[in-house]
Amino acid sequence: MEAIIIGIAKSAIRLATPYLYASIGETIGQLSGVLNLGVDGVMLMGAFSAFYAVLKTGNLWLGLLVAIVVGAIFGLLIAFINVTLKAEQGISGIGVYIFGLGLSSLLFRTMVGTVQTVSGFPPLSVPWLSNIPVMGEIFFQQNILVYGAFALVPVSWFVLNKTPLGLSIRAVGQHPEAADSLGVNIVRIRYFTVILGGILSGIAGASLSIALLNVFQQNLTNGMGFIAVALVYFGAWRPKTVLIGALLFSTVNAIQIWIQVKGINVPSDFTLMLPYIVTIMVLAAMAKRRIHPPAALNKPFERGE
Amino acid sequence: MKLKKIIIILTLISIFVLSLGLGASAKPFRVAVIMPSSISDMAFSQSMYEALVTIQEEVGKENFEFVYSENMFVVADAAAAIRDYASEGYDLVIAHGSQYGSSLMEIAPDFPNTSFTWGTSVNTFSDKGITNIFAYEARSEEGGYVCGVLAAKLSQTGIIGVIGPIETGDAKLYVDGFKVGVLAIKPDAQVNVNWTGSFSDVALASEAAQTHINAGADVLTGTAQMVVGAIGVARQRGVLWFGTQADQTSLAPEVVVANQVYDWTVVLRPMIQLVKEGTMGGTTYALTLANGGLKIVVNQEALVGKTIQDIVEGKTNIEF
Repeated sequence: MEAIIIGIAKSAIRLATPYLYASIGETIGQLSGVLNLGVDGVMLMGAFSAFYAVLKTGNLWLGLLVAIVVGAIFGLLIAFINVTLKAEQGISGIGVYIFGLGLSSLLFRTMVGTVQTVSGFPPLSVPWLSNIPVMGEIFFQQNILVYGAFALVPVSWFVLNKTPLGLSIRAVGQHPEAADSLGVNIVRIRYFTVILGGILSGIAGASLSIALLNVFQQNLTNGMGFIAVALVYFGAWRPKTVLIGALLFSTVNAIQIWIQVKGINVPSDFTLMLPYIVTIMVLAAMAKRRIHPPAALNKPFERGE
Repeated sequence: MKLKKIIIILTLISIFVLSLGLGASAKPFRVAVIMPSSISDMAFSQSMYEALVTIQEEVGKENFEFVYSENMFVVADAAAAIRDYASEGYDLVIAHGSQYGSSLMEIAPDFPNTSFTWGTSVNTFSDKGITNIFAYEARSEEGGYVCGVLAAKLSQTGIIGVIGPIETGDAKLYVDGFKVGVLAIKPDAQVNVNWTGSFSDVALASEAAQTHINAGADVLTGTAQMVVGAIGVARQRGVLWFGTQADQTSLAPEVVVANQVYDWTVVLRPMIQLVKEGTMGGTTYALTLANGGLKIVVNQEALVGKTIQDIVEGKTNIEF
């Protein structure tokens, strides 16, 4: 029993990792009023660029750095489209997604050609903590990008809720006119949050290609970026509840794999629906809480006359 | 005015006649293929791409041209591409996926001069009065059985994990054949099967591999392009892997023992011959071990390495 729980929990934590990076990045962007549906495309670009750098140099940190830079460039592009050009955010995001999907596939084709594997970040046991029975094995024998994803939750919570920067971000997304009149530079804040979101999406992709799966294939993310955007809504724009949502979805997914592997007699079609059914049920149960999205979400800022 | 008109008409006629003449001289056989994933997927699509390259090398580029559209998993996109290719006058349009059947049934009657083929399936729609569709399948249960026998021989724990995509087509045949092969050698072996509900979910397939190993499996197999991540897990945790659809050895030479490889040239050659002779459809083809369309590629490094390692580690008792 203990081994089963450890196995499922470790699976869940690995599965949740890319969602955490991407969802928290998206949360910060949305809190400032910018909806970015292109997360999956940026993840793919991050995944490819990190993979390529590691394939060529074997240097994992360089791979991560390249993913960060590529994510930032995409973030800059998204910010330019949405903040400066004031494009319709839902549509432009889909454009960015398709661009990232196509470009990562094209680059993979021309620069790599065939599917190859790399050695990714190895598991890193945290001294002391990894020796705690059960918990130590579940939480403290993972790779560094997994730790990073979970560390991001309290860090982003702190920045968003306890710092002037966080206050500015939320003010810009909630009431841009008021923030503007108080001298907050809305354009700068939104550029900052969207570029940060791009960086985190890039790392999310890298966590797949050089830490968890250690391979790149066209459309490696298989739509994870869209689940990540859904998790932002699930998490009601709060890092803590985003974490709960990511863990819930991933745990049920890990359990459904385990149910199938153990040959428990449930049709696979049903078990595969489980993560989605459970998530929807929880969302429905929480609907009474009435959490509204940031008031200025999806609205370009126009300075009043 | 009249003279101008006559000149224009004459010019048009001469262009038309010239183009006919040019067309008649050395007209290559033109093939278009629609694939659900990429030509470098180490699985289903790559096997078809490689077959077309082989045929082109055999007969020469001047006699055989092919174009492809990849990542066409969505049927609506694929249907549009099939129709485009047919309108462009390709001799043979290959819809390489079992999801494309109903689209073909709809499109093929509109293009009687184009031949269509699809797989894996056995349905040529001749019962619907359609005469220009071929079908092809892979009897992947045959290679699955061979891999299963080998897997049972090599497994020490008697637990073997299988990662399947969607319970259909050649994936289901492979998994079923593999199970029968294992049980033929070790009737008390435990074959755990899971389906990911997708051909492309690398993360889920990879996590499934972890779960199988946690459940005691020391040999794994799986099918579809999503298995590349699972092979990485097998390598990392030192568990043997059996591949299918394409040779996956290069992904993890230490652990990939054997692969069932699809050679679609066995299907394409007779099909192209029939089309050239004027028969546009109605026949079903199959890859089998007997006709050489299925090959078992054994990786000696993993096979011998594992046998030696088991003796060294004392897992194998050599009893006289």
